[in-house]
Amino acid sequence: MSDTPSPPPKIMAAKKMRDLMTTYYLEALSAAQNHRQVAWITSGGPVEPLVAMDIIPVYPENHGAMIGSAKMGEDLCAKAEDMGYSGDLCAYARSDIACAVVKGGPIGGLPKPDMLICCNNICGTVLKWYEIQARYFQVPLFIFDTPVCHTGYTPEIAAYVKTQVNEYIAFLEQVSGKKMDPARMNAVGKLSYEGQRLWQQVLNTTAHKPSPMSAFDAFFFLALIVTLRGTQIAVDFYKELIAELEQRIKDGIGVVPDETYRLLWDNLPVWHRLKWLSDRFSAHQACLVADTYTSAWCGALKYMDENNFLDSMAEAYTRIYLNIGVDEMAEEVLKMIRFYDIHGLVMHSNRSCKPYSFGQMDIMRIVREKTGIPVLMIEADMVDPRSFSESQIETRIDAFMEIVKHKAGRS
Amino acid sequence: MIFAGIDIGSNTAKAALIQDRAIIGVRVIPTGYHHLKAGTRVFEDLLDQTGLSRSDIRAIVSTGYGRASIDFADKAMTEILCHGAGAHFLDPDIRGIIDVGGQDSKAIALDDQGQVDNFAMNDKCAAGTGRFLEVMANALEVSLDQMGEVGLTADHPSKISSICTVFAESEVISMIARQEKRENIIAGIHQAAAARVAILAAKIRIQRPVMMTGGVAKNPGMIAALETQLNQALILSPYCQETGAIGAAVLASRLPA
Repeated sequence: MSDTPSPPPKIMAAKKMRDLMTTYYLEALSAAQNHRQVAWITSGGPVEPLVAMDIIPVYPENHGAMIGSAKMGEDLCAKAEDMGYSGDLCAYARSDIACAVVKGGPIGGLPKPDMLICCNNICGTVLKWYEIQARYFQVPLFIFDTPVCHTGYTPEIAAYVKTQVNEYIAFLEQVSGKKMDPARMNAVGKLSYEGQRLWQQVLNTTAHKPSPMSAFDAFFFLALIVTLRGTQIAVDFYKELIAELEQRIKDGIGVVPDETYRLLWDNLPVWHRLKWLSDRFSAHQACLVADTYTSAWCGALKYMDENNFLDSMAEAYTRIYLNIGVDEMAEEVLKMIRFYDIHGLVMHSNRSCKPYSFGQMDIMRIVREKTGIPVLMIEADMVDPRSFSESQIETRIDAFMEIVKHKAGRS
Repeated sequence: MIFAGIDIGSNTAKAALIQDRAIIGVRVIPTGYHHLKAGTRVFEDLLDQTGLSRSDIRAIVSTGYGRASIDFADKAMTEILCHGAGAHFLDPDIRGIIDVGGQDSKAIALDDQGQVDNFAMNDKCAAGTGRFLEVMANALEVSLDQMGEVGLTADHPSKISSICTVFAESEVISMIARQEKRENIIAGIHQAAAARVAILAAKIRIQRPVMMTGGVAKNPGMIAALETQLNQALILSPYCQETGAIGAAVLASRLPA
């Protein structure tokens, strides 16, 4: 233990991604000068029709993650509370509502939207959040309603959601004053499918031992599949990233020096403590090799038909990880535990995200019963640092790692 | 061979020495501001008490919130592992532990080998911890020692519904204003704290027999409330407060020479 191993080389694609995201935000911020429209959309919303109609999609949640990472969450959340919003409300919603008013955050606020697209496949909070913003900005709002698939996807759900795809396109045509070009839509659908397929391939690289990247890297590289899904930019970037990760595998470069323990993360990241958490786990030779969160942007690929994207989109967007029953979620977690050869599961009970945190106790029980691996639950918030107790979480991580090491026979 | 364990908790610092699977001394002092000073003092006091010197001690493990500050320890380990090892040392049949500490409450599950299998801790909030009881004792102007006994004489325990310590304190103050009997309020406080701890035990499906450790295990009112909530008798040890330090000494004896 006396020789601290030297840190592995950084993933080079990170710089390129930062540049791509900067370009994207500059384009979005200057949209009005260039006579382009901006739509704010929820992270799990069907973005492809927007891309096909040359409307710039902007994600308040992605912006919320940036606010969290930049450690600007506390002030913005407090500002929203000053405005009368409850501290129990999602921190993405609070920071976005505050940001719209004060133009705060790392990029001085998001560009004003021309329309809002709200899909409730991630939660119910977005409905009220987007209604608030629609009133504030006085712009039209489209709600894409995806019923929760607790026990399966029924023909009734399918018919209901497909109707909305048509209504969605009609809404876009009306607000933009343009007709959708079906050929362009097909091309965007193919690019979206290809981007998601490549993103899954990126995530799959961490099945290798040692893992060439960690879930902390995945949280970062995720930005592109969220914001630029359906574009050639995302496809090209992920191809390049895969090539780099495969080279790291060939060269035997692991992201955690002396990787010994492989962990799975559940729920959103704690954006304001990424480095601290990464360092704490690394100090135990533990690598968070995978997570349920970033996988959500490729998990529905199995329901997608790249040659008939618009028709299959309804099912794919309805059957995402957060919109299914706990048994199916647990099954996904168990699959990941097997695929990535996991020693322990770390669950972030996230004050902000009730739908993600609600079933965790059951998933914990199912995982323990079916695999016997230790499970850690830590309470925090993805953006608001006021819900984080460093010394308590440190003790829990240390105790959890003591159990993981014991079970792996290396204590 | 003699091994030492030092447990720096939020309120008290504890030290224990074991030799050939027997406890040869324990010591408790207030932690105060300086963790290293408290750890050094409690350890040196214990050496004086037992007539031993530093060179007699083969290995030291530190634990508790101040574990990392004890620079003369051979290893720092978490209180979860140490309470597990300590309870198993005191009674090898123990399968579950309830540890109500100053800042933290924990439920710990041990496997049949006495190894920690799972644990749950209170979240950031102090409800159901020793700190909760301390705040309430202050509001009621009773000492922590008196509190445990007084609560047992209640005829109709008050109902405290707030989960947060700060809210519960306001609730208690309004009960005082309504002139509810002090013993009833205290019994209500114990039940509210015990209910929070019982949730932790349920989270990890704790198995019997269950030992209660930590300083709060000296409070008979809290024990009675917990036994009701958990629907079982708790195993108590005269070393409840020092269990973490004893466990740390046990783990010190397992360190490679």
